[in-house]
Amino acid sequence: MLFGILVGCFYAAVSVGLSVAFGLLDVPHVAHPALMVLGSYCTYLLGRYGWDPIVAGIALTPLFFLLGVAIYRFYYETFEKRGSDAGVRGLAFFFGLAFIIEVGLILVFGVDQRMVEADYIGKSLSLGGYRIPWRLLVAFGVALLLTAALTLYLSRTFTGRAIKAVAQDEPALRLMGANPVRIKQWAFGIATAVTALAGAMLIVVGPVEPSLDRVYIGRTFCVVVLAGLGSMTGTLLAGLILGVSESIVLTLFGASWAPAVAFGLLLVVLGIRPQGLFGR
Amino acid sequence: MKFWIGVAATVALAAGLALSGTNEYFFYAGYVVLQFVVLATAWNILGGYAGYVNFGTAAFFGIGAYTAVVLFKAVGAPLGVQILAAACASGLLGFGTGLLTLRLRGIFFSIATVAVIFIMHTAIVNWRYVGGATGVQLLRPPAMPLFDSYTRMLFVVMAVLAVAGVCIARYIEVSWIGRGLRAIRDSEEAAECSGVPTLKLKLFACTVSGALMGAAGAPLPMYMSFLEPASSFDLNYSVSALAMPMIGGTSHWLGPVIGAILLGSVQQIVTVTISNEINVLVVGVLLVVFVVAAPDGVLGLLRKLKWLHRSSR
Amino acid sequence: MAPPLLQITGVSKHFGGFAALSEVSLEVAPGERFGLIGPNGSGKTTLINCVSGALRNESGSIVFDGAEISRLPAYQRTRRGIARSFQIPRPFKTMSVLENLVVPLEYVAHRRTLHTADTWDEAMAILRQMGMAEKADSPSNLLSQVELRKLELARAMAARPRLLISDEAMAGLAGNEVDEVLKILFDLNATGITIIMIEHIMQAVMRFSQRVICLDAGRIICEGAPAEIVKNPDVQKAYLGA
Repeated sequence: MLFGILVGCFYAAVSVGLSVAFGLLDVPHVAHPALMVLGSYCTYLLGRYGWDPIVAGIALTPLFFLLGVAIYRFYYETFEKRGSDAGVRGLAFFFGLAFIIEVGLILVFGVDQRMVEADYIGKSLSLGGYRIPWRLLVAFGVALLLTAALTLYLSRTFTGRAIKAVAQDEPALRLMGANPVRIKQWAFGIATAVTALAGAMLIVVGPVEPSLDRVYIGRTFCVVVLAGLGSMTGTLLAGLILGVSESIVLTLFGASWAPAVAFGLLLVVLGIRPQGLFGR
Repeated sequence: MKFWIGVAATVALAAGLALSGTNEYFFYAGYVVLQFVVLATAWNILGGYAGYVNFGTAAFFGIGAYTAVVLFKAVGAPLGVQILAAACASGLLGFGTGLLTLRLRGIFFSIATVAVIFIMHTAIVNWRYVGGATGVQLLRPPAMPLFDSYTRMLFVVMAVLAVAGVCIARYIEVSWIGRGLRAIRDSEEAAECSGVPTLKLKLFACTVSGALMGAAGAPLPMYMSFLEPASSFDLNYSVSALAMPMIGGTSHWLGPVIGAILLGSVQQIVTVTISNEINVLVVGVLLVVFVVAAPDGVLGLLRKLKWLHRSSR
Repeated sequence: MAPPLLQITGVSKHFGGFAALSEVSLEVAPGERFGLIGPNGSGKTTLINCVSGALRNESGSIVFDGAEISRLPAYQRTRRGIARSFQIPRPFKTMSVLENLVVPLEYVAHRRTLHTADTWDEAMAILRQMGMAEKADSPSNLLSQVELRKLELARAMAARPRLLISDEAMAGLAGNEVDEVLKILFDLNATGITIIMIEHIMQAVMRFSQRVICLDAGRIICEGAPAEIVKNPDVQKAYLGA
């Protein structure tokens, strides 16, 4: 149960980027988990030079920010601007991108699992008979901080509010003299930067392999849809719900059923309440 | 008329090749290419005509394959029955998925189809009867008397399926159903206001598309004499089935066929000469390049070059 | 007096906490030319979305030709005889102009018969009526604004409606183009089709309508002959702002 809460928070943190990209900007970003795994491997690379994974993750954010800006710019120029069939081709584009990243990782690193080393990995904290691995606690802490920071950013700063506004009423924003495309570009950059940190935590929590993004398509979209598109507090709660459900299924039915939990939950939400728990 | 001559010629050619003394490997590889013709054609019925992106080809394909395994193990059903049952099972799966999510925006449907792959995969992994995660070994029955080997027979079976799939897709495309689906892709609201029952039509397309994918999966266990969940629910089937119509061109039945033959052949060559990973990379890169640079696929490029006139229907 | 063709009683619609329509009731007689006006955001488009089936009203009833239709999906309402044009034209952009009309013909009028030659002939006849015959084969994404508006109306006509809802079919058109579209609507009305016109161009609605209703903030603020409406102080206040 406690395990579920910790993992749930982690799920929320890996989903906030998608919550911005898909929930607020309406970009069908199915390559989000692949970018996250890419972040994990970058962390792994830096880890070989003795970098702490969290430090590495933070160091990666500017790079990923630029990557995100570039991806959005490209997506905008080729699909959104032309407007024709953006849905189908945009989706195909991101799906293809996800595959390229995944296969690229396989070619460079091979299919074996990779992990990082740090003082807090492998040790556990004993707490009243429970043993809680430190790596989970670290991920939990970073996840909470990250989600809180992003929530504050979106509600307190001018750019943050502009990002929220662009999701609701683009023409109005244009009238106010702001350039929606630049705001979206910025937002997508932030979403991607956050993904780098999420990737760093992913490799802290457990070993990583190139095809890991596939399972996370389910987890991240499940959290974002369950949360109600673009809701940050919802994302945290939805992450917790998923984490706890997974740990319950894990203990009751065994590990072989666990991958289906996120996807099953996702289907149920889509079928019953597609606007999510906290949707408009 | 020209179309039907083409159909007859294709089937005759496939049968002729299978009875002749061509190298066995040709049939082994040809089977895979033809299988992708079916998958790409099936994908295009919903994705190309109606504009709903299905990422779940692997689920429908895998369920088709496992339906065949169950029938074979339980009652030793003949291949024809396996294929029919697989089509029904996957069609039903398509109908169910559609019912749950086709009311929503296209992206939700797409995500839901990814979910279906993983749920089906997990279910099969936990099902002992069909071998769970380790898979199941199957003993091929003898081939039909005319054929030298079982692979050759399966090659012809898949050729027939491919032709049947193309016929179905073409019928849908040129009939009122296809016009309704295209209306949905162009503007769902306007379609509904023009009397098009959009939900019913989407469900129909999703069911037919799923059924064809299932039929394509049914001969797989016999082809490999073995079946395991990891390879039959492989997401690679999904990208390929999506990439091939996108590369060939989605607006005409010929598009997926061209895409499947082109990409399928390249895949076979790359897998043999280089490696399987490069092969997936090729699919991904080609998909992105075509989606960005040639939105109407090879057919669109040909049309621009005036090689193909509008009367080609 | 003949029973009304369309009878709306107590229809309400909310978006979140915002009441887009509250308790709207109105009747439209067969063969009538009916005008619906109101400032931006007053609920005109929401109201006809509820009638055509794009939205579901939360309360109240919508009776068309003696039958309750407010729970029917949009395509069934079209089949019963309600057709509409869209404010922002939504052509089937991958089809030719002619094919755009074939869609409603196949799905409504010629549903039971499959005589395709007839269908295409009838589509052509409708285009001729609209003065668009020479555009039949051009792709619909290459049309001009006024042609797009006409295509919207032509496609609505191809569903063989008894009630045609024209949603701002003239917005943004030049003076002579407005006259052109008006003439088309008058001609259609002369063949017995009831028309609801939603319009911002006052002069056009007033010339066209026999009766006008003005909506403001989701309520009907007045109803009457065009001449009375223009003089009504509430209407003037709604348009000019208080």
